Amino acid sequence: MSVAPDLTRIPAAEPATLRGYVRDWVLGLRNGNLGALPIVIGLVVIAIVFQSLNSNFLTAGNFVNLMVQGAAMATLAMGIVFVLLIGEIDLSVGYVSGVCGVLVALFLTPGDGQVPTPIALLAAVVAGAAIGAVHGILISKLKIPSFVVTLAGFLAWNGVVLLLIGSRGSIIIQDKLVISLTSQFLLPAIAWGLMALAVVGYAAVQLIHRSTRRRNGLSADPLSIVALRVGALVLFGSGIVLIANLSRGIPYVFVLVGVLFLLWTFVLNRTKFGLSVYAVGGSIEAARRAGINTDRVRIACFMIASSMAAIGGVILASRLRSVDSNVGGGSLLLYSIAAAVIGGTSLFGGRGSARSALLGALVIASIDNGLGLLGLGSGQKFVITGLVLLTAVAVDALSRRGRVTGRL
Amino acid sequence: MSGTAPLIQLTGVSKNFGAVQALSNVDLVVNPGEIVALVGDNGAGKSTLIKAIAGIHAISKGEIRWQGEPVTVRSPKEAARLGIEVVYQDLALADNLDVVENMFLGREKLTRTFQLDRIAMERRALEVLEQLRVTTIRSVGQSVEGLSGGQRQSVAVAKAVMWSAKLLILDEPTAALGVAQTREVLELVHRLGEQGLGVLLISHNLHDVFEVADRIVVLRLGQNVAEFDRRTTNQTEVVEAITAGRLSHVPGQAEETSA
Ligand SMILES: Nc1ncnc2c1ncn2[C@@H]1O[C@H](COP(=O)(O)OP(=O)(O)OP(=O)(O)O)[C@@H](O)[C@H]1O
Ligand SMILES: [Mg+2]
Repeated sequence: MSVAPDLTRIPAAEPATLRGYVRDWVLGLRNGNLGALPIVIGLVVIAIVFQSLNSNFLTAGNFVNLMVQGAAMATLAMGIVFVLLIGEIDLSVGYVSGVCGVLVALFLTPGDGQVPTPIALLAAVVAGAAIGAVHGILISKLKIPSFVVTLAGFLAWNGVVLLLIGSRGSIIIQDKLVISLTSQFLLPAIAWGLMALAVVGYAAVQLIHRSTRRRNGLSADPLSIVALRVGALVLFGSGIVLIANLSRGIPYVFVLVGVLFLLWTFVLNRTKFGLSVYAVGGSIEAARRAGINTDRVRIACFMIASSMAAIGGVILASRLRSVDSNVGGGSLLLYSIAAAVIGGTSLFGGRGSARSALLGALVIASIDNGLGLLGLGSGQKFVITGLVLLTAVAVDALSRRGRVTGRL
Repeated sequence: MSGTAPLIQLTGVSKNFGAVQALSNVDLVVNPGEIVALVGDNGAGKSTLIKAIAGIHAISKGEIRWQGEPVTVRSPKEAARLGIEVVYQDLALADNLDVVENMFLGREKLTRTFQLDRIAMERRALEVLEQLRVTTIRSVGQSVEGLSGGQRQSVAVAKAVMWSAKLLILDEPTAALGVAQTREVLELVHRLGEQGLGVLLISHNLHDVFEVADRIVVLRLGQNVAEFDRRTTNQTEVVEAITAGRLSHVPGQAEETSA
């Protein structure tokens, strides 16, 4: 090892040229940081395979169906990401979403007990948060493994669903607002307006970020990269709006999921709490020594998971227009966890993002939808989804094996 | 006199865990700009001593003076407020976070809208790393996972320095490192001394100790047995003190029998 020639200059955070970016990306790929690449390839493969088997797969109508079908799973998966980030698991979110869905249905049943819709929705989310707080406290204060606590929750909240439904069998949802979530669509002009707003907002954030960094003498992204990112958003955004508008349009629930995605991405990337979540998942001892209240962070993550489950429960109730004793059961829980993992969130904590939940949910919803179009039953669906999950985790494990852990 | 007061001065410090006398009547002085090595065999009480300074263990007897003033350090937070930072051997870094995030973890700078002030943090981190001439790190936006042992140790030290440590305590900072990386860390320690920090270095490696320390304090079975000026001693002498230094009272017996 020779003496470094230039002792005063430390390169800052990012490579400053497009070429540097490409080089770092290729280097990252070789070192096992595959990012979203496997998912993108996977989605392309899924699209080609299903389209060749059934020409209804890549139609505007089915595209809109996919958005509505995947929304609840994507919402639950975003919550699951927080729990996985701290290296825990939550097996209860399925039935927690069921409990909250039933609560909304009960609150909105016409009669004496009926409450205004916003209050009913708020109550469901608060109930979800409270359930998460109970799980989190048991896990962090009594030090019971999350697997056990949420397995108990899986059983108990399933029981609560049955108790709440009682002898009714099912409860029909008549509330206009709740139903509109999955059955109403944005006017084409409004969809385009929202899209434009998102693009302008994104470009503004990127450019302001870039110029402040440059003003402070820090390395900043080259303009070409910023242009590429904004261009990609324009391309994908208009693609989605265009195709959806060919059919019924963008469903309201898509906007809701988009807002939740922005919210949690902001929380994870831009706030002290988000950094604490990553720190607790990466090394709880380091977090503790840094003065982070690790119990509080963990409880908060379980509260987020359960609150998101509550919102997912409302989406599900809206789509089915009723709740019955099976609500929150079936494949919902496992699909949601699988979505987060397929999207690239590590089961061992410290690695993941809200984006991974959306990407993973898109993969699973596509497979589920595609196999449904082919007329295959749950048996085939579960086997194939299981294999996809296994493949995703295997790709992750294999790529990580090549990852550099030290540098001399 | 206060201008020449030692940074930290321990007088007659004792610590017992139940019946176990881990430290008895230990004296220790560290001056600003001085690198003091604390050596001794396993179980000599080195870690216990730094934990007493860092506020993890309360001392049973004795006095600690900080810049001339008597203090009681009740918690690591209080120690940090005084300007005492400890780099433990099992580094307290989170692998999945980058260099800047690790250096500011738990003490992040926030903007007026309560967002992370990444720019201010990155600037400050770069400043400190440059000041310490930690130049082998490719990028401060790189996750710590990809750093070598020496680089990680450097980040941990830079973090401590950034939080305006006046006294930096290093518990076996080179124990897990290779030759080149050890060199890197020792040079860093040397520069810290030049910049006026007091450094208390714990090490089993006498070669390292002789390379950087100004003074060598030897503990044996919880007692001071010798103290050397690095320029006027040699390794043989220090080894002898570590293994067979004269004890002022017989270990294993309670204080009152010898008093
Ligand atoms: N928390 C504790 N409870 C009881 N005894 C303890 C405790 N911590 C340390 N001791 C005892 O105090 C003595 C000094 O231990 P210490 O860890 O300070 O040694 P050390 O010099 O750091 O040794 P090493 O070089 O092995 O790290 C030992 O006899 C140890 O068993
Ligand atoms: Mg020790």
